Amino acid sequence: MLKNFLYSQKVAPYVFVLPFVLVFVIFWVYPLASSFGMSFQKVTLGQEAAWVGIDNYTKLMGDTVFFKAVGNSALYMVLTLVILIPFPMLFAVWMNNKFMWGREWFKSAFFFPALTSVVVAGTVFRLMFGEMEGSLINSILGTFGVEPIKFLKGQTTGFIALIALASWRWLGVNMLYFLSGLQNIPKDYYEAASIDGASAVQKFTRITMPLLKPTTIYVLTISIYAGLAMFIESMMLWNGNNSPKNIGLTIVGYLYRQGIEKNNLGYAAAVGIVLLIIAMAINLTQLALSGLFKKED
Amino acid sequence: MSRKRLITLTMLCLVLILAGCGGASKGNSGGETSVLEGGAGEKATELSYWTFVELHGQHFEKMLEKWNSANPDRQIKLNVSVMPYDDMHNKLSIAVQTGVGAPDIADIELGKFPDFLAGTPQLEPLNDVAEPYKGTVVQSQLDLYSKEGNIYGLSTHVGATVAFYNTEILEQAGVDYKQIKTWEDFKQAGIQVHEKTGKYMGTADTSASWQASLLLAQQGADFTDENGQPKVNSPELVKGLSMLKDLQENEVIATIAGGQPDTEEAYGEFNAGNYATAFMPLWQMSRYTNYMTDLSGKIALAPLPVFEEGMPRSYGGGGTGTVVTQKAKDIKLAKDFIAYAKLSLDANVEIWNTLGFDPINMSVWDMKEVTHNPENQFVKYFVNNPFDVLNSIKEEIQLIKSTSTSPTLNNVLSTVTLNEIFEDGKDVQQALDDAQAQIEQELK
Repeated sequence: MLKNFLYSQKVAPYVFVLPFVLVFVIFWVYPLASSFGMSFQKVTLGQEAAWVGIDNYTKLMGDTVFFKAVGNSALYMVLTLVILIPFPMLFAVWMNNKFMWGREWFKSAFFFPALTSVVVAGTVFRLMFGEMEGSLINSILGTFGVEPIKFLKGQTTGFIALIALASWRWLGVNMLYFLSGLQNIPKDYYEAASIDGASAVQKFTRITMPLLKPTTIYVLTISIYAGLAMFIESMMLWNGNNSPKNIGLTIVGYLYRQGIEKNNLGYAAAVGIVLLIIAMAINLTQLALSGLFKKED
Repeated sequence: MSRKRLITLTMLCLVLILAGCGGASKGNSGGETSVLEGGAGEKATELSYWTFVELHGQHFEKMLEKWNSANPDRQIKLNVSVMPYDDMHNKLSIAVQTGVGAPDIADIELGKFPDFLAGTPQLEPLNDVAEPYKGTVVQSQLDLYSKEGNIYGLSTHVGATVAFYNTEILEQAGVDYKQIKTWEDFKQAGIQVHEKTGKYMGTADTSASWQASLLLAQQGADFTDENGQPKVNSPELVKGLSMLKDLQENEVIATIAGGQPDTEEAYGEFNAGNYATAFMPLWQMSRYTNYMTDLSGKIALAPLPVFEEGMPRSYGGGGTGTVVTQKAKDIKLAKDFIAYAKLSLDANVEIWNTLGFDPINMSVWDMKEVTHNPENQFVKYFVNNPFDVLNSIKEEIQLIKSTSTSPTLNNVLSTVTLNEIFEDGKDVQQALDDAQAQIEQELK
């Protein structure tokens, strides 16, 4: 009986996927369902939660700080997409060129920042972008006669610092994704193109870019998610979750502020659900547009 | 070959990162833990204690030794964890309310205290252990950490706010700080300082509400009305901040890196002599002795300037309440110990000696041998004796109420409003009206 069960071809697949399903259910479905329920409650830790209907959501709709956070996260996402997809792709193509001088060195140099802890990197960037005359960026600007700038106190300048940090950190990682994508493109295509007299630009736009599409979609998808879920970078750059005028506040930062700092877990759960909806909507649209859901022929 | 190089590089990176972590761990990641023995024997009970100020641990270390030798049958070992301000309060809040992982004893800052009193406080009432000390310590400091007649935290200091003047800069400009009585005097002195030295007389704080508080206190006003509801667009606050704005426009004061005098960036600015005055609670003294050593022998304390002479010249700013959590291993022992370490006369003398705080047992203020001890590091550092100033304003120290709305209110003012006023030049009335609306929205 037991033997039959163990050797059954019907049962075996389920046994093999069981660990994943368990992990998925316990660490993903359960918390998601639980926070969905919580978003309709007023939760105070250690005390009884009370159902409040859609109060949390109606409050959210009138919450200007929340919209500020959504705006910041969206802007951050767009800017990182604009920078962290084309540039890594370009660099990857250079690194992949066997005539490129010192490419192994560049590969490690670009990847190096990804290995540093965000805490250290954020602290260093905070000091670099400090408002004093003596801070690195201001002293560089000073040699060109520019007055010291209060980088971390202004919306635009604050974002420059934030994007600089993100680009520095993630450029190498995305570059590695593209590099591995490039390795899969057969050399024959380029040879054939060369024989037909194609220029380097043509080869890039006609061969490299289309064949890198699966990699690009992957990088795009994770970048959208990472952009919307960014939190630690901002927290470290501003040395806490309370940046001046909330210029660095992100959706997750707001969730943290409400849930952890203010003990308002029900409201924080509503923020989380809205973040999930936004991220899903953007990602699904983008995946549908790029044809991922089309049936393969 | 290239692979070998890559490996070497990776190793190098790891070493660098680890080195980096070592330097940064003081700032944001994790915390530091150490066990204080205090001469305790084998059978001592180990109690855990969380704080966000390293110096507080030093005070407990001294009091622990005294406790252990006085109570051989109830000895204590103290396991001290120092964590950054936000981290500690967030962790403590979750631990206390879920009942898992909380320490026996903890420090909670005044600004965060109302959060811990929300609903049914998960802290132990301390009335019985505080009772013997009633009458010797300032009653309002006990009330500050109370709810419905129960005392939940034991205060560390009064935090009388004073002016810290850099006499070197003032002398260069020919200004005598003793003559500064009103804000008008301060303005004229500041204009002179800026003309003669190019330096700023003071700061326009954007990331803390000490200045706003002291301006309200001297007008007998508060951030909240009699029902504890926020009222930040009051005529008094508009008047106060408009006065500061006028000072800023006349280049008497300017915003400072870090946003207020009690930040790392600002210590550097003050130490370099770029700002002549800080209006801060007395505990700022320990920041001078620890972080602004270049200014030793140059800083004088004085009562705050006021709008009109006769107004109260100080208010008690900031504060830390030491609490015992409900899950403490030995509640009775923890309570007895913190009462001894915070409220006894000995403790109050040590709070001045070690921490440089103004103790809540005011009889210490009159103990000349303690307050004027020439060996004391604070007495040595400052131009005049801190207690001469404290005793001259003793009767004038006001209080700003701490209510359940205070954390939200402070957050809005010191992240948004003060920045809008002093960095962006937004109209004071408009900025405060917006703040009021924002606070009401958040408290809904």
